[in-house]
Amino acid sequence: MSDVTPRLAVQKTYKLYIGGRFPRSESGRSYQVSDATGRFLANAAMASRKDVRDAVVAARKAGPAWSGASAYNRGQVLYRVAEVLEGRRGQFVDEVVAAEGLSVGTATSLVAAVVDRWVWYAGWADKLAQVVGSSNPVAGPYFDFTVPEPTGVVGVVAPQSSSLLGLVSVLAPVIVTGNTAVLLASERRPLPAISLAEVLATSDVPAGVVNVLTGRTAELTPWLAAHMDVNALDLCGLTDTALAHAAEEAAADNLKRVLRPSTADPDGRAEPDWSAEPGLERMTAFIEHKTVWHPVGI
Amino acid sequence: MPHYAGAVPLLTEPTLPLDRVTDVVSTDASLRRFLHGLPGVDQVGAEARAAMLSTRSIKTAAKQFAIDLAISIIDLTTLEGQDTPGKVRTLCAKAQRPDPSDASVPAVAAVCVYPDLVAVAKAATGPSGVKVASVATAFPSGRASRAVKLADTADAVAAGADEIDMVIDRGAFLVGRYRAVLEDIVAVKQACGTARLKVILEVGELATYDNVRRASWLAMLAGADFIKTSTGKVQPAATLPVTQVMLEAVRDFRAATGRMVGVKPAGGIRTAKDAIRHLVLVNETAGEEWLDPRWFRIGASTLLNDLLMQRQRMTTGRYAGPDYFTVD
Repeated sequence: MSDVTPRLAVQKTYKLYIGGRFPRSESGRSYQVSDATGRFLANAAMASRKDVRDAVVAARKAGPAWSGASAYNRGQVLYRVAEVLEGRRGQFVDEVVAAEGLSVGTATSLVAAVVDRWVWYAGWADKLAQVVGSSNPVAGPYFDFTVPEPTGVVGVVAPQSSSLLGLVSVLAPVIVTGNTAVLLASERRPLPAISLAEVLATSDVPAGVVNVLTGRTAELTPWLAAHMDVNALDLCGLTDTALAHAAEEAAADNLKRVLRPSTADPDGRAEPDWSAEPGLERMTAFIEHKTVWHPVGI
Repeated sequence: MPHYAGAVPLLTEPTLPLDRVTDVVSTDASLRRFLHGLPGVDQVGAEARAAMLSTRSIKTAAKQFAIDLAISIIDLTTLEGQDTPGKVRTLCAKAQRPDPSDASVPAVAAVCVYPDLVAVAKAATGPSGVKVASVATAFPSGRASRAVKLADTADAVAAGADEIDMVIDRGAFLVGRYRAVLEDIVAVKQACGTARLKVILEVGELATYDNVRRASWLAMLAGADFIKTSTGKVQPAATLPVTQVMLEAVRDFRAATGRMVGVKPAGGIRTAKDAIRHLVLVNETAGEEWLDPRWFRIGASTLLNDLLMQRQRMTTGRYAGPDYFTVD
């Protein structure tokens, strides 16, 4: 008989991330999350429409300070996220292995790619304006500039299968330009999203800039799409074509900018190749171009 | 917890007929004896009861009713140094038709402005039924001689104000010169003529619930038509327990004298949820009769937009955004 009592493992409760806090769902509901082989992993909060509402309120509130911060400052905050992410690679490797059923080797290089992706986007914080902004030649005594500005509150439906690399690849481009985000995590693989929220919460990202909800995509998306205080939608993770169409229709009510789900496959189920070098598209999808005319000589 | 925790035992007989009121208010000593003879407020009980009532869940049809009622009892207020006739006219337009895209939204009860803008508000509201209320008596501090306060009141009444919101002399109240406060109110009431008089207690400066109860009775004995929590310039303003103590006062005052007095919480009520909690409190404390613009008002400015957003959410089934409502 061993004289060492076997240690009782501490089970982690995965909660939502709203306004810098980790609340349970307002509805009190939760659901079971299984790993790639179908074994029970953990319980996750099942968000309701009221959690969507609260998340939008938090995102709206965070908007002025985040979009008003200097591009350099936003970049520094995002670099800091990459630093913290780097220090927790082990945890993310475990979670990706469990969620996506990858080998440890593959998962390790995937998590490395995640950190690199974040750094790549962080670098764009103070460079995008130079690339997509312009000084326009006009036929009059004016300086004429076009500068990018954030769209506002962006609802993001995260990719369903790529639970971490895909997630980071849709989230980082939204917030780097000064938007704030309400993110619906992958329905069946939500755990890496919540762990990412823990990284964000401990790395200088102001409360409310990113809000993460876990739960049923089909239940939450319509509320997010119809919400009049959301300015844009990234429907990346919507695998259901009918649901995507309905979301686009609801989004038209207040002229939200909509980034449609990938339609590489006829049934719209293919996810983009997240390992490929991203372009500027996901950043430029959620900016507004402001053109200023300034009289010369005043 | 007993259902009546924190409430004053209801006086069963009209123990304070009109001739006795005259006795009570005749001297400083008798007035003090009366006010200090009022039962003390159980602070813990009052706060617990208010907190318990604020957990009531008001949904669907009841919520719809509550939102429309809340809109119809708002005193839409602008009391800023930077107010202009243009801003007051905008406010009056909003008061009459709070949501331009939905004619089924009721008008608010009144607009509340400074005395010099009463004429503008009166012209802008016209025959719509929206009343014009004006603050007076050296609002918000009340630090002026009685002659100045009366002139201020007369000015607003002459400009056409339907309701006058006066402030009490908190300094005099706190040092115990109750008679001086009473005489102020009586004189202003006289200057009001037919205009209804709301007496602002400024609860944020009264320090205790006992004082709130005494000030409420003092104002009612002096002839107030309404007792109002605050100017909106001092924090804390209208909290649920304070409103509850005042509602108990009007309830007991009616039981004692037969006269009905209104209550107006003002300042700090910004969300539909807050407003509905106050309505629950009115219903449970004073009674259903008070759920009427004639007897209960909420002084607010930003509250209206939140009520409209909630209302739109219920009629359209989607969450509304502040971008689609007027900025005030």
